[in-house]
Amino acid sequence: MEIKLSGVTADYQIGPIRSPLVLDHINLTVASGSFTAVVGPTGAGKSSLMKVLNGLILPEEGQAVIGQLVVRKGADKKTLKAVRKRVGLVFQFPESQIFAETVEKDICFGPLNFGATAEEACTIAADVIGQVGLDRTFLSKSPFSLSGGQKRRVAIAGILACRPDILLLDEPCAGLDPDGQSEILNLLTRWNRDYGMTIVLVTHDMDRVARYAQQAVVLVKGKIVFHDSVRRLFTDPARLKDWDLDLPEARRFQLKLEKHSGVALPGVCLTEEELAEALIKVGRV
Amino acid sequence: MNKLILGRYFPGNSLIHHLDPRAKLVAAIAFILIAFLAGNVPGLVLLWLFTFLAMALSGVGFRIYLRGVRPLIWLILFTVLLQILFISGGRTYVEWGPFTVSSFGIETAVFIFSRFVTIIFFTTVVTLTTRPVDLTDGLTFLMRPLRLFHVPVDELSMMVSIALRFIPNLLDETQKIMDAQRARGAVFGEGSLFHQMKVLVPIFLPLFASSLNRGEELANVMDVRGYRAEARRSSFRQLHWRGRDTISMLALLALAAGLAALNLLA
Amino acid sequence: MSEPMIEVRNLSYTYRGRGEKSALSSVTFSVSRGEWLAVIGRNGAGKSTLAGLLVGLLKPQSGSIRINGQMLDETSEWALRRHMGIVFQNPDNQFIGTTVEDDVAFGLENENMPVAQMKVRVAEALKLVGLSGLRQADPSRLSGGQKQRVAIAGILALRPDILILDEAFVMLDPKSRRDLLSTLRRLAEATHLTILSITHDMDEAAASNRILVMQDGKIVNDGTPGQIFSTEKDLGAPFSERLRRILLAKGRRAPDQYMTEEEMVDWLWK
Repeated sequence: MEIKLSGVTADYQIGPIRSPLVLDHINLTVASGSFTAVVGPTGAGKSSLMKVLNGLILPEEGQAVIGQLVVRKGADKKTLKAVRKRVGLVFQFPESQIFAETVEKDICFGPLNFGATAEEACTIAADVIGQVGLDRTFLSKSPFSLSGGQKRRVAIAGILACRPDILLLDEPCAGLDPDGQSEILNLLTRWNRDYGMTIVLVTHDMDRVARYAQQAVVLVKGKIVFHDSVRRLFTDPARLKDWDLDLPEARRFQLKLEKHSGVALPGVCLTEEELAEALIKVGRV
Repeated sequence: MNKLILGRYFPGNSLIHHLDPRAKLVAAIAFILIAFLAGNVPGLVLLWLFTFLAMALSGVGFRIYLRGVRPLIWLILFTVLLQILFISGGRTYVEWGPFTVSSFGIETAVFIFSRFVTIIFFTTVVTLTTRPVDLTDGLTFLMRPLRLFHVPVDELSMMVSIALRFIPNLLDETQKIMDAQRARGAVFGEGSLFHQMKVLVPIFLPLFASSLNRGEELANVMDVRGYRAEARRSSFRQLHWRGRDTISMLALLALAAGLAALNLLA
Repeated sequence: MSEPMIEVRNLSYTYRGRGEKSALSSVTFSVSRGEWLAVIGRNGAGKSTLAGLLVGLLKPQSGSIRINGQMLDETSEWALRRHMGIVFQNPDNQFIGTTVEDDVAFGLENENMPVAQMKVRVAEALKLVGLSGLRQADPSRLSGGQKQRVAIAGILALRPDILILDEAFVMLDPKSRRDLLSTLRRLAEATHLTILSITHDMDEAAASNRILVMQDGKIVNDGTPGQIFSTEKDLGAPFSERLRRILLAKGRRAPDQYMTEEEMVDWLWK
């Protein structure tokens, strides 16, 4: 399912302080079945963008079109509910949303809200628990007895249970150990590849962007300053510095080596595997 | 909840911001009593002038103060209306069944209204210009005598300041969990009262769990950093009583004296 | 060599109600003064249990801990806590004060230190972590990395011998991690602080003098970063080591042991 934002403007109010134009006339098309990373400095509006796509914030101006559904100022509740069913939103530390006494009940919360029968919800729960790489014995367990990584996956299963076509994730790996992190990211890659699920990932970690995403969107002060392939994003280090963004480790190492040797390696290396290949090509190893 | 002004701090650099919180607390309490001293029209004018002076000196916009009165406006209007309709005496303008609108009633209403609003304005001056933690420090100092009666003043003060410190985190967390459940199709504020209560469970349970967890971690941190309730602690934040604090107390005393004098003259 | 700063002997711990499996079984090691020791291993390897025991939040079921030669027990616990501090995972849940300097002063207040002396100590500690400019800031204005540095300052203000970090990096974004790591490096150089960092972050581990590898409550390896990264092939490693491993796997020319990034660049293009 495609996402298309045109001229979207949003502001945000916290207490007496109103921040105008957290999103400033955003035009963005996210292709169906793509894996897009949204990056940018803290406070650039990444979270607000996610909330607009899920109908949690309505645009002041402009509109977001998700499939056939339109999110704009004054959109009715029925539309918003339909949008939330199509677009799953995984917040940072999603395990903090878990409330039920069993994993199964928690996973069923979403489907029941969206009108599934109890029986249907149970079938879905049994299905999605496998999708996040846990077996069915987990369904009857208390979510509070699980490890951090397992809780995280149960929370994500709770979103998948709503059967979204698009999955938005805000730093889904934050706070996990390296094994837990790669498990989550490998799951995302699989859903994207095997089920054609559209994935939008917000992260600060450029190594994840380099390794897992195809497209990158750079958001700076509420404006989109870049939307192209990940490889192009990491081509020009000076530009990244302007946007206050890091380089992936492989690319950083590549540039260091090129500066040291005065010889350019072929291509832009995004991972250590690519860097090794480039070194082989120029005959250094 | 976002519109509530009472209890909120507006950072600033005004004279009033720099007053000792103890002076401001004493002033707020004293003002409530003094407001009842205003017994005639010149007294009322003096009360208003004094309030406006404090508001002007605070450097916070007048609009903000009006927003502070807004949540109480119905209570105020109701009280005023009660006075107008039920108090009789002096010249009577309208009589309708049990209701009378008289000059006496209107006069009382004006007094009640003035006291009400000046007290709100004045206490708002204090809360807007004082950081909550300074208010706590001031209050702790003023409650010191209670130690004699074995009231754990310092422990209470530690509790209040930790609570104040974590209120913003708690509000953020509530918002976040609400958003997360809305993203899973939950709808809040609709349907029967029972239904509305029921949909709050997915908010309060996680909030409760995370608060307990937070509390436990905080207790560990305090433990490791050497906090012992029974031990004597010094305080990094110090209160300094300065000349301007004494002057502010004198100004208040002058107001009280002025009002008393006006009462005697009349 | 002088007496070790931390000496752990046959330390064991089992959580109640979690079956037979012990979180820590018969762990023995010591850390000398001024050393930076990293403890790595998967989740559930017993790393955080070790941290809890070292600062006296958990009581050992058997074995002993000596801090600077003195046995850690209920009676010495409060005195010993003056000499060590711990930074936990969650930057939000350990910020007690309403402003940065308030928070740094918390431990000093507990010592009943006079105000004038506190002022000096707080200023000194904030300078060490590079946060002097944010003295008055409240926690909501700080990044995760800055909050962790405030936590470190709160410990430094007590002029301790030991700094323990219990996965202090895990909740931080990459930029904050780099920030915190360079602060730690500076502290390790400029002070005689003994640092014990429990971590998943391989760059943090690589910055230490020595690494302990834990697995299922036991120490399974102990050595310099070079030795550990060259032998523990299943564990993550810093970038230069990951590149070296790929080159080895492809049967290409590769350094025969772990190298830092600078060494690797030199090696590749002499």
